[in-house]
Amino acid sequence: MELLVASGIGVLTAAGIYLVLRLRTFPVILGTALLTYAVNVFLFASGRLVVGAPPILMDDASRYTDPLPQALVLTAIVISFGMTAVVVMIALGAFLGSDDDHVDDQDGALDPVRKLERAE
Amino acid sequence: MSHWIATPIVLPAMVAAFLLLVCRHHLGLQRIFALASGVAMIAIALGLFVQAFDGTITLYQLGDWQAPFGIVLVADRLSTLMVLLTAVLALLVQLHAIGTGWDDRGRHFHTLFQFQLMGIMGAFLTGDVFNLFVFFEVLLIASYGLMIHSGGTRRTQAGTQYVLYNLLGSTLFLFALGTIYAETGTLNMADLAERVRQIDPENSAGIRVAAVLLIIVFAIKAAIAPVHFWLPASYSEAPGPVAALFAIMTKVGAYAIIRIYTLVFPPDLELTQGLIDTWLLPLALIGLTIGMVGVLGATRLDRLVAFSVIGSMGMLSVAVALFTAEGITAALYYVVHSTLATAALFLIVDLVAEHRTRHAELVTAPPVPSAGILGAMFFAAAIAMAGLPPLSGFVGKLLILDAAFDSPLVVWTWAVILTTSLVAVVGFARAGSTVFWKAAEAQERLDADLDDSLTQMDNVESKPETDPRRQPALPLLPIATLLGLLALHTVFSGPVNGFMAATAEQLFSPEPYISTVLETEGKEIEYHGSGEYAEEGDGDGHGEGSGSGEHGEEEGH
Repeated sequence: MELLVASGIGVLTAAGIYLVLRLRTFPVILGTALLTYAVNVFLFASGRLVVGAPPILMDDASRYTDPLPQALVLTAIVISFGMTAVVVMIALGAFLGSDDDHVDDQDGALDPVRKLERAE
Repeated sequence: MSHWIATPIVLPAMVAAFLLLVCRHHLGLQRIFALASGVAMIAIALGLFVQAFDGTITLYQLGDWQAPFGIVLVADRLSTLMVLLTAVLALLVQLHAIGTGWDDRGRHFHTLFQFQLMGIMGAFLTGDVFNLFVFFEVLLIASYGLMIHSGGTRRTQAGTQYVLYNLLGSTLFLFALGTIYAETGTLNMADLAERVRQIDPENSAGIRVAAVLLIIVFAIKAAIAPVHFWLPASYSEAPGPVAALFAIMTKVGAYAIIRIYTLVFPPDLELTQGLIDTWLLPLALIGLTIGMVGVLGATRLDRLVAFSVIGSMGMLSVAVALFTAEGITAALYYVVHSTLATAALFLIVDLVAEHRTRHAELVTAPPVPSAGILGAMFFAAAIAMAGLPPLSGFVGKLLILDAAFDSPLVVWTWAVILTTSLVAVVGFARAGSTVFWKAAEAQERLDADLDDSLTQMDNVESKPETDPRRQPALPLLPIATLLGLLALHTVFSGPVNGFMAATAEQLFSPEPYISTVLETEGKEIEYHGSGEYAEEGDGDGHGEGSGSGEHGEEEGH
C-alpha cells in the first residue's frame, strides 16, 4: 500500500509540475489543482498509513491512526479549493479583458508565436 | 491568562465582518470604523510592545489547550515589534487610501484590508507552524483581492501571475509541513525545537529536506533571488496604497526565516549546517544586485520602487544570512527602516502617477501638482532607500557592513553592498531628475507649443490655467509621517539598536521561549471510560466559577 500511495503522490506531482510549466492559464491552473491533490495525499500519509483503526479515543480499540494529519488535510483542502476558485475568477477576468490567456509578461513583445496569433 | 495577545487577530476579523455585513453600501461609515480599528490596533500593539519590552514572553493558549496539543500565540520582543510596525503602517496606508479615494474605486477595500491585517498579525504572533501556514493563506487571499482592487486588464493579468506563484508557494509549504510532521510528530515551534535537536544525524534526510523546503517557501515570500520574479509586476501594478501595505508582506517572509531558523533550526544545529551561510548569503547578494540594477534599468517609476524592494530585501537577507547576534540586530533595524521607506516611496509614486500626464513612465512630462513638496519627499525617501546619510538607510547599512566583518564572505559582501548602493543612487537620481527636475522644461516646451497653436488659431478665449492644481493635504500627511518616523528611527538609532540587540539576544537563547510554551499548563481533561469527558479548569481564564476549586462537570466536549 505504501508503494501505491507513494507512486500516486509522485505521478500527481510530476503531472502537476509539467502542467504548471505550460504557457497558458488553463493548464497552469489544472497543474496547481493536481499539485494540491498530491500534497493533500502527502499530508494524509505523513501520519503513517494505518488501515481500519479509529482516529479518536475508543474503549475497545487496540490501535489508533493519527488524527492530526486528517485535520491538517481538511484545512488544506478547504484553503486550496478556495484559492483555486479565486485564481480561476481572476484569470477569467484577465482573459476577458485582454483576449489573451498567457501567464507570462503582458506585452509579449519577444514572443514570435503570439505575434503570429495576433496577426491572424 | 490575558486575552490581549489575541486582539490584534480578533479585532480586524470582527471589524472586517462588520464592515462587510453592516456598512457595505456606506463608504463614510466604512472609513470611520476602519480608522477607529486602525487607531485601536496601534494602542493594542503599543501595549503588547511595552509588555514584551523587558523580555517577558507572554503565552496565549487558544481554547486553553496546552501546547503542543493546542495552538498557541506567543508575544515576545520580535513578534510585538513586528505587530507594532504593521499597525502603524496600516493606519497610515488607510489614511492615504481615504485621502486619494482609492477605497472608492472598487468594492470592499476596507474589508479586505482588515482581513489582510488579521493574516499579517496572526503570522507574527503564532507559535505553531501549521497555524503560520493558515495565517499566510489568510493574508494572501486578502492580498489577491486588494491586488486587483478597482480592476483593469493589466492589473488582473499581473494578479493572475501573483496568485499562481503564491499558490505554488503554498503547495511547497504544505509539502514541507507534511515532511516535518512525518519526521517529528509535532508542529508546535517550541516542541519542534526540542525534537529536531534529538534527531539522529545519521537518519536526518527527511528533516533536512523539510528545512530546505521551508526556506524556499519563506524566500518566495521575502522575494529573495531566484524566486523573486513574482514581485516586480505585482507590486507595480497593484494600487499604490496596497503596494505600500505589501511592504510589510515581504517582511513576513523575513520574519519567518528569522523565527524558524533561530528557534527550530538554530545555526549551531548539526543537521542544517551550511544551509544559511553557504546558500542564503550568496543568493541574498545576488538578489541585492538584481534589485539595484533593476532600479537603474526601470522604465517606469512604480517598477523602479518594486525593484528597490527586491534590493532592500536582498540587503535584509544578507544581514539575516550572517546569522550572528549582530547580523540579526542589523537585520531588525533594517526591517523597520525598509518597511517605512518602501511604503513612503510607493505612496509618493502613487500621487505622482495619479496626476502626471505620462503617469508612472520615466519620461519628461509637465510637473505634477505640488511638485515641490512631492519632489522633496521623493528625494528624502530615495536617500533613505539608497542608504545615503543622514537617514536610517545609512545607519542600517553600516550596521550590516559591521556585522559582516567576521563572515568568510566579507569581501564579497562589502563589495556588493557598496557597489549596489552606488548603482541605486544613480538609479534614483536619474528617476528623480527626470520626473521632477526636467518637468519645468517640459512645461515650458508645452507652453510654447500651446502659445504657437493659440496664435495660429487666433482666438484667444481663455488661456488654460497654468498654475497647477494643488495636491489635497490628506494624502501628503501619511507620507510626511512615514518620513518623520524614518528621521526618528535615525535620531534614536542608539536606543533602537539597543532594543534590537536585546531582541536578537532573546532569539538566540530560546530556552525561556520553549519552556514558557511547553510548561504552561492548560485545562485538564479526565476520561472516565464511558465516552464522557470531564473538564477541569486550571483556575485561570475560566471565569469566576473555577477559581474556588470546585470543578463542575461539563458535558459535550
